[in-house]
Amino acid sequence: MGFHCNQISKTFPVRQKKIVALNNIEFSVGEREFICIVGPSGCGKTTLLKILAGLLQPTTGQVTYTDNTDNHNPRSAMVFQDQSLFPWMTVLDNVAFGLEMRKVNLKTRHRQAQDFLNRVGLGDFIHCYPHELSGGMRQRVAILRAFLNDPQILLMDEPFGSLDSQTRLVMQEELLRIWRDHRKTVVYVTHDIEESILLGDRVLVMSGRPGSILADIPVSLARPRRRADRDHPDVVKLRWSIWNMMEDEVLRELGMQA
Amino acid sequence: MNQESSQMRVNNERLIPILITLLILGVWEGLAYSGHISVLFYPPPSKIFQTLWRLVIDGKLAANLDDTLVRLGLGLALGMVPGVVLGLSMGWSSRLRRIVDPFIAAFHPIPKTAIFPLFMIIFGIGESSKIATIAIATFFPALINSMAGVRQINPVYFEVAHNFGANTWKTFIRVILPGSLPMVLAGARIAFNNALVITIALELLVARQGLGVMIWYAWETLRTQDLYATLVIIAVIGIIANFLLQKATLAMVPWYKHSFDDEE
Repeated sequence: MGFHCNQISKTFPVRQKKIVALNNIEFSVGEREFICIVGPSGCGKTTLLKILAGLLQPTTGQVTYTDNTDNHNPRSAMVFQDQSLFPWMTVLDNVAFGLEMRKVNLKTRHRQAQDFLNRVGLGDFIHCYPHELSGGMRQRVAILRAFLNDPQILLMDEPFGSLDSQTRLVMQEELLRIWRDHRKTVVYVTHDIEESILLGDRVLVMSGRPGSILADIPVSLARPRRRADRDHPDVVKLRWSIWNMMEDEVLRELGMQA
Repeated sequence: MNQESSQMRVNNERLIPILITLLILGVWEGLAYSGHISVLFYPPPSKIFQTLWRLVIDGKLAANLDDTLVRLGLGLALGMVPGVVLGLSMGWSSRLRRIVDPFIAAFHPIPKTAIFPLFMIIFGIGESSKIATIAIATFFPALINSMAGVRQINPVYFEVAHNFGANTWKTFIRVILPGSLPMVLAGARIAFNNALVITIALELLVARQGLGVMIWYAWETLRTQDLYATLVIIAVIGIIANFLLQKATLAMVPWYKHSFDDEE
């Protein structure tokens, strides 16, 4: 499923004042496309994602979906930054949560979740509680939870943001591997420029607050992508051109005028 | 090797309170027999335990204990259930909270024993007025803890539930109930201790039977050893209940480990 964001703005009331978080966001995402949104912290990336997830309503504008009506899968599932697994549920119940909400019976949903977990090598952890897992494992489980629900659009909010950089490298590959097997539309939010290039078919660069789209950059790098691709000259060049776009925004955010 | 020695240290640490208790009882016994302290005020522990045994044998304890536990149990049930239900609802709905909170703030601080005479006028001097007072005393901690239990749930869990299409019922069963359970159970512990205090206090005031009555009777007849023996029983009730609640908490919320360091 693809969608189109039409002139989306969002303002929040903060102590009698209005803070503009998003300003006239407009872009389209095609079916099964992997797009990354990169921007400085506080630019409204998460707000945009929550609007796409239906957790927030835009102040103005709307999202229109290019529906194919015979698809009854849920429209979207979100992977949150961290600590989004229910601490009171085992890994198995967490992964099966989406199916449970769709009234799939216990046996079926546990079997499906088990299969899914086995396939990525987490089969031994199904009866563990999230606090018994490492941070990286928790995020893998959170990603599987979203994938198992088989949404038409997967929304990811800096899912590897709190992981150490070594773990992050492996997780990026793992995500691409799962995505190759379960191809769906992905919107991936990050503040890591390199990550956005390595993962995305396109990179949307956002400005600092109020967030707006500065650039929409296609990434021509061939798939499957590998760790070594981060040294590919195209990637290096792209990284610097995106950084140049963001530099002013970052300095402004820090109160250091360029 | 390290683990073993730390396990030994923990065992030692658990032994120390027991040793201290035995030491105090021994010294007390010695002082009472040698006449250094008055046996009227401080009857020797051996005599207290003899009395305790006598109360068990002649069935006096059973009858009084029965009355106390029935009051306690009914009061707890009648206070906890609406307290938890209203508390969870208020934690969930900010609207309900805004409406009801002023009433809670107004009625919570009133000493529950001070409401008792009013309840006696309304419900009569029988069991109903006592049970109602005990219920009120358990209602507030149950409510306040349950409300706080819901409010401390990380909002991200509600977002996840909403994002995965959970309806109101599913959100309640899968997020609100388990998420607040640790605090609800902590509230149950406070509620129980409150209920025990109020039960004994009311029995001191008006009752035909009960542990509080035994204490009052022991005071009037100056049978200090009976007084001590009854206090031991009340303490044991409290200890057993708290122990069971802690075990229940560990069994029901295995994921909530950080609040029970003593089990580590």
